Amino acid sequence: MTLLIEQLLNGIQLGLLMFLLAAGLTLVFGIMDLVNLAHGSLYMFGAYFCASFSAWTGSFVVGALLALPAALLLGVLVEVVVVRKLYRRDHLDHVLATFGLILIANDLVRLVWGPDGRRIPLPAWLSQPIRLTPDLPYPAYRFAVILVGAAVALLLYWLVGRTRTGMWIRAGASNRTMIGALGVNVEALFTLVFGLGAVLAALAGLMAAPIVTVSIGMGDNILILAFVIIVIGGIGSIKGAFIAAMVVGMIDTVGRAFLPDLLKSFLSVAAANTAAPAISSMMIYLLMAGVLVWRPTGLFGARS
Amino acid sequence: MADAMLKIDSLIKRFGGLVATDSLSLEVEPGEVHALIGPNGAGKTTLIAQLSGFLRPDAGRIEFAGQDITDLPAAARVRLGLARSFQITSVLRDFTALDNVALAEQARQGHSFRFWRPARADPSLREPARAALREVGLADRADVVAALLSHGEQRQLEVAMALASDPRMLLLDEPMAGMGPEESARMVELLRGLRGRRTMLLVEHDMDAVFALADRITVLVYGRALATGTPAEIRANREVRVAYLGEGDG
Amino acid sequence: MTGMTAPLRTWRGRVAVGLLVMLALLPWYSPWLDAAGIISQRFALTVMTRVVILAIAASSLNLILGYGGMVSFGHAVYIGIGGYTVGILTYHGIGSGFVQFPLAILLSALLALAIGALSLRTRGVYFIMITLAFAQLLYYVAVGLEAYGADDGLTIGRRSDFAGLIPIRGPNKFVAFYLLSFVVLLLVLGLVHRLVNSRFGMALRGTKSNDARMQALGFPTFRYRIVAFAIAGALCGLAGALLANHTEFISPAMMHWTRSGDLIVMVVLGGMGSLLGPVYGAVAFLLLEEFLPAALAMVLTWLHAGLTAVLGAAAAGDLDAWLKMAEYWQIALGTILILVVLYARGGIDGLFGRSRHG
Repeated sequence: MTLLIEQLLNGIQLGLLMFLLAAGLTLVFGIMDLVNLAHGSLYMFGAYFCASFSAWTGSFVVGALLALPAALLLGVLVEVVVVRKLYRRDHLDHVLATFGLILIANDLVRLVWGPDGRRIPLPAWLSQPIRLTPDLPYPAYRFAVILVGAAVALLLYWLVGRTRTGMWIRAGASNRTMIGALGVNVEALFTLVFGLGAVLAALAGLMAAPIVTVSIGMGDNILILAFVIIVIGGIGSIKGAFIAAMVVGMIDTVGRAFLPDLLKSFLSVAAANTAAPAISSMMIYLLMAGVLVWRPTGLFGARS
Repeated sequence: MADAMLKIDSLIKRFGGLVATDSLSLEVEPGEVHALIGPNGAGKTTLIAQLSGFLRPDAGRIEFAGQDITDLPAAARVRLGLARSFQITSVLRDFTALDNVALAEQARQGHSFRFWRPARADPSLREPARAALREVGLADRADVVAALLSHGEQRQLEVAMALASDPRMLLLDEPMAGMGPEESARMVELLRGLRGRRTMLLVEHDMDAVFALADRITVLVYGRALATGTPAEIRANREVRVAYLGEGDG
Repeated sequence: MTGMTAPLRTWRGRVAVGLLVMLALLPWYSPWLDAAGIISQRFALTVMTRVVILAIAASSLNLILGYGGMVSFGHAVYIGIGGYTVGILTYHGIGSGFVQFPLAILLSALLALAIGALSLRTRGVYFIMITLAFAQLLYYVAVGLEAYGADDGLTIGRRSDFAGLIPIRGPNKFVAFYLLSFVVLLLVLGLVHRLVNSRFGMALRGTKSNDARMQALGFPTFRYRIVAFAIAGALCGLAGALLANHTEFISPAMMHWTRSGDLIVMVVLGGMGSLLGPVYGAVAFLLLEEFLPAALAMVLTWLHAGLTAVLGAAAAGDLDAWLKMAEYWQIALGTILILVVLYARGGIDGLFGRSRHG
């Protein structure tokens, strides 16, 4: 029972991280109609920025807080130099140009930080388990990730759902010509949204950093998962991204935790340990394929 | 009335709260030019989309040449002889005029699962295509890429493509849209030349063209048929004048 | 025979024929390159065999991407299927190429048919993503195959045996296999050429230009698209079978999504919807990958020498530090890619003059 609760919490934690990454992606996608493969690189840069800043200041929290504005600057820079020229192009051009950005980003990281991975040490108060109930210890850091992730999700919900900027963003996601007619500075709005996406991706990256190793290409695989999430949720839909991220987080975590035991009843131990993570990954892609066959524009998607 | 070319029975199409087609019933006789007029938003294009199979109606029945086609996909309707042209010019822009029409001819000849012989060297495709281009007056523009044709020429090409599939009936969605007076006149002549040979359902805003071409006219308002009759009857119909012609023709 | 000389009348045609002749004669002039100390024959053949095989894969993608407008972001999965068919059969002692290759092609075609049946109902970016998802699905199947090496892959003990017709060991192995791959490339190019100009090809290209219009003309477009999708999968599976033979190794990495991205890059870099475009793309992409570090090192050495001459050795600094920069050649590759997308849409083929037909 405690194992189940722990795994559920892990699933929520992974789901929230995925949501942060997917939220920026779905906004950029929904509003600018841009397929940004380099979104995973922003995730990676967030982690590396945090690694450097926390080594420099000696504090993970300060490092994280410094990494976010750095990611914002990077996002704005990338938008102004390259991405802005892509809005009027088709999706194939987006895929290619941002694929080029990935190549540049990975080598740039290798140039600046070197080829070896890094670990970000946590302060003592975050690295010990806390007791949720007397017999349910849970790592404090993972719990903090859940709190921050949930807070940012709520903030995003408020920003998009309740503010004037959010209104433009929603208007932009459903009808791009209309926001121009409303007298909104579309160019600035696009830069802002891209920057916001970069910050969210960097936040996800730096929060994941102490759990996984900070390494080159760390964003490449998780990016595909983020795409799966926004496609399941429906492109441009924050709500859809949230629900899909939670489902994907759960499937991945619970699958990895419980499938090996399940498989061991009819496979060898080695085979079960190899097959279980693969099967939980497969289940996510199966889910996406199933959703798209059933609803070709995702759960909450309006446009194709 | 059993031998109507096209028979629409109690057709309904809703978009959310909006009823675009409201229990519409309509019959088009073989050989007639039947015009469909109505103010913007009356559901004309929605109706054409349902007739050609690009939209599924929510209820009702469409019969073509005695066959129920309500659930047939678009391509299958064309093979039965019900062809359409588009309101927004939608020729294949990267293809030459001749290639465009040859494709229509290729579709008429049956399936295209022929993988080996070059289609552009096939006289059984090229000859009929050239004939169709001659028929609409585009013979000397055959090798021009469609994107480079003038707007009027693209509309003529649309008609040539619809003709090349040798349809029993043509659904023409605003063939005069965006045309200058001279181009319009040429299109009216072109359609007049087809009169009697092809059954046509014509959606058009240009009232002069409608009254010059149509045998019968149906006035559509809010997805319903307000009146159907000869041009003279429609002109005289008080309801129509109030609802539509009074403001639309002024 | 005007038909035979027709390609030579334009620069575009001359370049295409020139490239194919260069590729065809490689085994005969590569010893000369070796003797001149430019590049070892073995290395030249190894690199160019890979180029030719990936040109086959890129040509198969070109059929659906360039001519059919279907942006499949999971095309490398068929390389994997072809490769794993060869690898698994060899592992179980079935070494005949006459069994392995047809089966690789057939399985790839069937998989493409299944993926296409589900994916082609979606449009635009959803299509890009669902093809990617299916490819990832198969990638994880391969990762989960403990018996065949899982993540680490499987070394193939011996190459496909074509009843002794093609030497699979000994000194001639590399030349023979290069020529085999090149002949397969020619056959695939010939097939694609016939296909895209046939009635089927015209219908396929029509769906790329305007799918709704094609339906309104009476084409059940889904059927043409899915058949093209299956043919492309089959041809790519063939490339995968060749690749497994070339590297004598299979692993899930063959079908990782970045490999699918590479294939798209090759097609677009070379020129979409042109017959030879994918070949140019494969040559350019793989040669950049192979020789860009060396080329960068050369440029950096010149720069360093120039700076030393003008400002003195102290200002120029250590040459080794400069040469280290050449390791980061992917920055240059990525930049080239972005510049091509932004400023050279016709790809390499577009540089040699425009195609006559769209």
